[in-house]
Amino acid sequence: MSRRRHSDDSDGGQAHKRRRTSEPIEIEDRLESLICRVGEKSTSSLESNLEGLAGVLEADLPNYKNKILRILCAVARLLPEKLTVYTTLVGLLNARNYNFGGEFVEAMIRQLKETLKNNFYNEAVYLVRFLSDLVNCHVIAAPSMVAMFENFISVTQEEDVPQVRLDWFVYVVLSCLPWVGKELYEKKDVEMDRLLSQIEGYLKRRVKTHVPMLQVWTAEKPHPQEEYLDCLWAQIQKLKKDRWQERHILRPYIAFDSVLCEALQHNLPPFTPPGHMPDAQYPMPRVIFRMFDYTDAPEGPVMPGSHSVERFVIEENLHCIIKTHWRERKTCAAQLLSYPGKNKIPLNYHIVEVIFGELFQLPSPPHIDVMYTSLLIELCKLQPGSLPQVLAQATEMLYMRLDTMNTSCMDRFINWFAHHLSNFQFRWSWDDWADCLTVDLDKPKPKFVKEVLEKSMRLSYHQRIVDIVPATFSALIPADPIFTFKYEDETASSLPGYPTSVTVSNAIKNRASNEEILAILKEVPNPNQEDDDDEGEAFNPLKIDVFLQTLLHLAAKSFSHSFSALGKFHEILKTLTESDEGKLHILKVVYDVWRNHPQMIAVLVDKMVRTQIVDCAAVANWLFSQDMAHEFTRLFIWEILHSTIRKMNKHVQKIQKELEEAKEKLEKQQNKRVTSQRDSGDDEDMEKNSEDEEGQLEEQIERLQEKVESAQSEQKNLFLVIFQRFIMLLTEHLVRCETGSVDISTPWYKNCIERLQQVFLMHHVTIQQYMGTLENLLFTAELDHHILAVYQQFCALQL
Amino acid sequence: MSVKLNALHSDSYIEVSQYRDQHFKGNRYEQEKLLKQSNTLYVGNLSFYTTEEQVHELFAKCGDVKRIIIGLDKVKKTACGFCFVEYYTRGDAENAMRFVNGTRLDDRIIRTDWDAGFKEGRQYGRGKSGGQVRDEYRQDYDPARGGYGKLAQQQRSTEARNTF
Repeated sequence: MSRRRHSDDSDGGQAHKRRRTSEPIEIEDRLESLICRVGEKSTSSLESNLEGLAGVLEADLPNYKNKILRILCAVARLLPEKLTVYTTLVGLLNARNYNFGGEFVEAMIRQLKETLKNNFYNEAVYLVRFLSDLVNCHVIAAPSMVAMFENFISVTQEEDVPQVRLDWFVYVVLSCLPWVGKELYEKKDVEMDRLLSQIEGYLKRRVKTHVPMLQVWTAEKPHPQEEYLDCLWAQIQKLKKDRWQERHILRPYIAFDSVLCEALQHNLPPFTPPGHMPDAQYPMPRVIFRMFDYTDAPEGPVMPGSHSVERFVIEENLHCIIKTHWRERKTCAAQLLSYPGKNKIPLNYHIVEVIFGELFQLPSPPHIDVMYTSLLIELCKLQPGSLPQVLAQATEMLYMRLDTMNTSCMDRFINWFAHHLSNFQFRWSWDDWADCLTVDLDKPKPKFVKEVLEKSMRLSYHQRIVDIVPATFSALIPADPIFTFKYEDETASSLPGYPTSVTVSNAIKNRASNEEILAILKEVPNPNQEDDDDEGEAFNPLKIDVFLQTLLHLAAKSFSHSFSALGKFHEILKTLTESDEGKLHILKVVYDVWRNHPQMIAVLVDKMVRTQIVDCAAVANWLFSQDMAHEFTRLFIWEILHSTIRKMNKHVQKIQKELEEAKEKLEKQQNKRVTSQRDSGDDEDMEKNSEDEEGQLEEQIERLQEKVESAQSEQKNLFLVIFQRFIMLLTEHLVRCETGSVDISTPWYKNCIERLQQVFLMHHVTIQQYMGTLENLLFTAELDHHILAVYQQFCALQL
Repeated sequence: MSVKLNALHSDSYIEVSQYRDQHFKGNRYEQEKLLKQSNTLYVGNLSFYTTEEQVHELFAKCGDVKRIIIGLDKVKKTACGFCFVEYYTRGDAENAMRFVNGTRLDDRIIRTDWDAGFKEGRQYGRGKSGGQVRDEYRQDYDPARGGYGKLAQQQRSTEARNTF
């Protein structure tokens, strides 16, 4: 029984699909394959491959024109990193068959309209860029391209629309200019100058409140974190100054100039940009991530400057490669490393910078964090002599700049570094970071190292961590993750809960029933009360403490043991935590016993939320409580909070989906009844059954509707609780500093305000639903401007 | 417009492998259907000392983990180098196939594969000695998996007896 290992296959191992023997399907697959693979490593030159392919496609046009059109449109949209390869191909086809060229342009315009209608703005950029490069291939006449650009820029005159809409149209035009600026300027310089001047005017007046929220570092040095449109504008300005001389883009069409310039060109049909729709989702603004410049690559080719258009093109193409191949890390790494023109640039540096740029992107990375870890590992495997060194250099640089790094980005840096190290036997030159031992432990550098070691321990074990760091780092080593049992032995015998703990422990070991255990617990005195209440039902913190500590102690061996314990005694736990105080206290006890094992705390809290022993609001209140204030800046606190919010969101989504499905079912049922009535006439029984079913569905829908409303109410309440607590804590701090004339910028403050930002950013989709309530109840004008600024920056992200 | 180009949508890391559980109760078709819908992964080549906590930490990077079942030696009831990881959604399991399969846990390259779903009894090794089948026959020395393979161990002790 051999298991085929996918990781062994060099090309990622595509499964063999059983082909039907009918020929047209085979030919269509072959056409797809030919077109998709052109430009990849080959024994022949790219030019001869394109020439050959153009010949093959031209011959197939009579029978497969539509298929070829569809494939070419698809690669234009999905393989932007090979833009110029495909525009050249289309250019050659157009030279051989003018009508086909015209039909392709029309198909592209149709596709562009569809893409915009469906909110695929990033893909729409690639389509427009493709069209603009077709000018270079003599497929599209330059004046008609300029006209399209003019229509796009006229959007900036619109009023009462989101700024992000106007941004997009400006971005599209600017991002085409590296490819086609020269040609357009040669043909229509007056119009282009006017266009650029309009763009400049727009950029000057646009609002940039959102930028601080998206920056990875708060410092301007060594590299400013520029807003993406500002950076692109600077790059285009420089390109213009250089008279549109651009030498990085691979342009296969140049070799075919003699053929292409004989071709007749098409005019783009006038394209009216679609109007703004309320449900449109324009891309969010971005900040350009830079961590390297020409001083960082010690030998070899020089890194293009931050405002060079080469830098823009390289970064675009590398992002596109990741977007295409992220699911297959070996292919992705190989494609990144075989970037055309790699000999003229310090490619490893660009790759590492682009990958970290995505990993640290705010609000969130384009792909799941762990993808970047596995991609970097593959890259190290493929370039063992050079990439690990660049990665180490990058890590060092990121460490050096921790003091001004955004907290969310630091979280990702911590997780990435620990996971990466765990794949390389935790080998690292910790001594190089000895400076972190000379400052307070709450400062970013020692905090970072501490969190990395904690995560590393989770992937290994305590002694391993002790072994890998120098002895001088002992203060940063995580605690041994062992249980802290209050009622451990006779030394605790004076504690009021001790006798009951022993009894309960024996009862559990002897498989006593829930009733028996509850009876034992009834005897526990209630420190909150003077007289006995009649049933002993009131909130009794000692009862919770004794039972839970004892239970979790018996189950401390592993996660599974603890989950099993929670499951077995679910009834008792539900009884003990009926009140809000009870829920809060159970969380407190979990922390008390497992404070050295944050990972265990997180999984137990998760389980208790899922089995409804505690609710989400209780978790939020607990995390913000005074008891947890000393842990407030630790990573595990925020992991628990965000996990809790996500569970709440998923719960709401689940019920909404059930409601949608029930509504669809009802509609189907109603349609069925109508058609069956029409078809088979009146059948009283059938009609009654049908009506009964509909009645049941309607009831179900009503119940689900209530469930949805109730869930949404709980969700809104959760966010209110969280934001309220943030506001209280931050206001307290700000007032205290003001009255004491102390600088507000303590490490605690930076952490807290950035954690508030993080809540907005990580859950922006959900929070947008509740903006009205938030603005009316919490983020009012009376709020301290430091706190209000966070809210305003958040609002600016989609305005 | 939504043309699906097969050549461009390669996602080979999440494909179902050739392995089929010989003890599966049901026919090949049923097993295949379950594999294609499953949220559960088999994880192999673990060290005997790898804990549930370590598995959780790694696999939680792909999504919320529903449960982990550590594989046990049928006789000794101790960990014998494999486990099951079940996610709440298939998408999360797919990410594990793409990004965790073939990387290291506890210094060992681990392997993940689709599993038709945990059933009581499947947490036990099926080798004659109680551990996994692969540990019966392997010839190499692996300190994290009980040293030599069981057969090789018996051969060695026979040799030792014969030598003295």
